[in-house]
Amino acid sequence: MPDPMKIRATTVGDETEVKVLMSHEMETGQRKDGQGKTIPAWFIQNVSVTWNSKTVLSAQWGTAVAKNPFVSFRFKGGAKGDKITVTWVDNRAEKRTDESMIA
Amino acid sequence: MILRAERRELGSCRAASLILTQSACVLALSFCVTACALAQTSAVDEIAKYRAALQDGNPAELWEARGEDLWKQKRGPKQVSLEGCDLGLGPGIVKGAYTRLPMYFADADRVMDLETRLVWCMVTLQAYNESQAKKQPFGNGERKSDIEALVAFVTSTSRGMPMNVALKHPKEVEMYQAGEKIFSYRGGPHDFGCVTCHADEGKRIRLQDLPNLTTREGAQKAYTTWPAYRVSQGELRSFEWRLYDCFRQQRFPELLFGSDASIALTLYLARNANGAIFDAPAIKR
Repeated sequence: MPDPMKIRATTVGDETEVKVLMSHEMETGQRKDGQGKTIPAWFIQNVSVTWNSKTVLSAQWGTAVAKNPFVSFRFKGGAKGDKITVTWVDNRAEKRTDESMIA
Repeated sequence: MILRAERRELGSCRAASLILTQSACVLALSFCVTACALAQTSAVDEIAKYRAALQDGNPAELWEARGEDLWKQKRGPKQVSLEGCDLGLGPGIVKGAYTRLPMYFADADRVMDLETRLVWCMVTLQAYNESQAKKQPFGNGERKSDIEALVAFVTSTSRGMPMNVALKHPKEVEMYQAGEKIFSYRGGPHDFGCVTCHADEGKRIRLQDLPNLTTREGAQKAYTTWPAYRVSQGELRSFEWRLYDCFRQQRFPELLFGSDASIALTLYLARNANGAIFDAPAIKR
């Protein structure tokens, strides 16, 4: 089971800023271990963020994203107490979903 | 959408060595002094900007969360949590404990730093044996270190509090003096010591500025920003790791985890940082 994400969402004016910190190795598939064997690629492929079940961000990621990724974005709308749900799926089909309230 | 997408292995910037004829040497040198100084300042500015950009969304928070979980979980052969662990302010009190460490603990009859104390609690409370508790002192990718996570959690609760390390007990004084001695001791195949890099202003390794740890400001700035998430390693690093790696860089014999030498150096630097506001877990390149 992957470690939980850290999600912070705050509304300022008519916009909501969402900040998400994910725990993931994001292995590129380019590195080699001590024995010279290639370490297989392992990375988050799909990210989606919903606001009260409406999708506000949908992204496809590759190996160029850093380990323990941080993503920050804004969308129009959102009010205090609304639910923000973030889901990621990696190339091993491992999945993690976490929720947070807009503060 | 903003993504933190810097690569794991940042290219090291090495100055190209120039081969000069004797006549051109003086002119070239005077040119280099100005140009290199300029290049250095702007590089330092750029690194400062880079650090500021990383400040938001420090992955150290992931370690803090995991550490808090480990602290509260019932673990080990005895199935108890670490919540009864005395970090110096009484059993279970975490907030502010790090600002007073390392310190003398009567129950162990020894001066201990945070890492050593955590191992002590894992052994005495949870009944792990010592080698189990110390098995993974530093994390490495998927082989995560419980100690580093616990360190992240405990230190995070001291953020914003002033460093306040006492030297009351004779063993603390003795440790401090030992730390001072080790700090200035030169040896190993390179005849290196901590002082070689950390006792002058304006020194650096590649583009990283090195703090002068013999001054109050230098020790304060350095000590209050560890532990830290090292972007280039993708790991949260404890102060024991910092010292361990300094020893490795000096080609000294391996600094053993939780050894008196390591605690002595930590106490020396922590005490010299007294009064400064603790501001970690931080993020470093």
